[in-house]
Amino acid sequence: MNIIDVEGLKYKYPDTDKLALNDVSFKVEKGEFIGLIGRNTAGKSSLCFALSGLVPHFFKGAYGGKVLVDGMEIKQHEIGEIAAKVGLVFENPFSQMTGSKYSVYEEIAFGLENMGIERKEMIARIDESLELLAIKEMKDQNPFDLSGGQMQRVAIASVIAMRPDVLILDEPTSQLDPQGSAEVFRVVENLTKEGMTIIMAEHKMEKISQYADSVLLLDDGELIDYDTPENVFSRDDLINHGIAAPMVTSVAKAMGMKKSDTGKYPVTLSEISREMGDQR
Amino acid sequence: MTELLINYLHFSYTKDMEVLKGIDLHLKDQTTAIVGQNGAGKTTFVKLLKGLLQPTEGAIQFNGSNTKDYTAANLAEHIGMVFQNPNDQIFKSKVLNEVMFGPLNIGQEENEARDKALEALKKVGLEDRLEKNPYDLSLSERKMISIAAVLAMDTDVVIFDEPTMGQDFAGKERIKEIISELRSLGKLVLCILHDMDFAAEVFERTIVFNQGNVLLDGSTRDVFSDENVLEQAFLEQPHVMQIAKNIGLDGIYTTESELVAALERAWFD
Repeated sequence: MNIIDVEGLKYKYPDTDKLALNDVSFKVEKGEFIGLIGRNTAGKSSLCFALSGLVPHFFKGAYGGKVLVDGMEIKQHEIGEIAAKVGLVFENPFSQMTGSKYSVYEEIAFGLENMGIERKEMIARIDESLELLAIKEMKDQNPFDLSGGQMQRVAIASVIAMRPDVLILDEPTSQLDPQGSAEVFRVVENLTKEGMTIIMAEHKMEKISQYADSVLLLDDGELIDYDTPENVFSRDDLINHGIAAPMVTSVAKAMGMKKSDTGKYPVTLSEISREMGDQR
Repeated sequence: MTELLINYLHFSYTKDMEVLKGIDLHLKDQTTAIVGQNGAGKTTFVKLLKGLLQPTEGAIQFNGSNTKDYTAANLAEHIGMVFQNPNDQIFKSKVLNEVMFGPLNIGQEENEARDKALEALKKVGLEDRLEKNPYDLSLSERKMISIAAVLAMDTDVVIFDEPTMGQDFAGKERIKEIISELRSLGKLVLCILHDMDFAAEVFERTIVFNQGNVLLDGSTRDVFSDENVLEQAFLEQPHVMQIAKNIGLDGIYTTESELVAALERAWFD
């Protein structure tokens, strides 16, 4: 079943002349992990906003086409209703913090309070989120005393606690160290196993090729490609769209080494070593 | 020659938790990457270098004089730092004014400051955004503004705190060019990074921070070949090294072209 159905989405911010999203259509099945890639200004954040209702409800502007999440048309519903289904983790964690809570624990409770979740259930969900993002020991600290990376973990935890059907993350690991960002990808992958659908904008192509089921490539507000990581990263014109393929793919391209079964380039470490083993 | 000599540097924000636990380093000439897990003390360390914080013990010497004899304002002429979060740095309502603010405050004339600012904005690719409000631009563009604002001050030491954060391919290429230009001008470049590929490709020296200590300090090539230490510091090897290891190719590689050349030799032998 398609949990997300976007049809001919066009969007323009107020006081601008250019479409930020230009006739974008795609469908996502429940439990899929979609990697959203593209150069800066390609429209990744705008698409994240459109899926979570901030476009058009918060940003206003000119809007055409349809965005359906679990059958609910985003344009026809209020942000409050949408937020119960769709969670959004902002690119800048500073923007995510409410500023009205004085501890990490309370910050994570904020969304749940607004949803009217029972106290006992709230405590269980908060503890689980703290555990998942490994931020238990900072639960009593003020969110604004944390480092950028720590705050990014809190931002993710606060949205995961709300258990949305669709979780949208806009470059959620930009301030995390390598192992921290690997952890986030593992956490997110586990959420898909529980049926959560993930849309993640990300510049770390190695991680996208490893974890995403499909990759959605945007450029200049248009959908350029929506396919498996292998097919998207094998494209010859990636660089024209401002994307460098994962290092594995880039090395394989330089070597002219395609996979014998699909005729595409390898995109993960295990694929390239298998290919090297076979061909040597 | 520009140098920073750091001896027995200790620092804590609160009594019960020491953030830096005795750092000894001599920084000069080489472009240097500082890597380490979140909370290792990297940002605290560079804030101390710039005089935004004062050591609780130990000392930092800039070209032979103790930095505690400078005010943060005096030091700003010599040591520039780009904040991790551009929103912490940017406060003017126009891009050009933001970038001219630093130069004007360290005594540049209006005309000179304008020229430096325009030159810096060109380097970061924002020369056509002069009159925009920085907060109408994207986070990655604001990061570029914060970089330009420091470049325009033309300091001897330039410190970047995660410059590649949120940057796409083109943005990273631009930052590479900026760093190599600073190097050729004889500036001392320090850079906190979580992007190991970028660190391996661009920097001559790499310092690994771990829980308030320096775990490893050496040539980038040596540091990134030490898988155990990187693991201990919650880091990972650059992707070129991971590929080499996975396909059983010996040797140390820091760039893609190096790896491809070695693979081609191995392939055609």
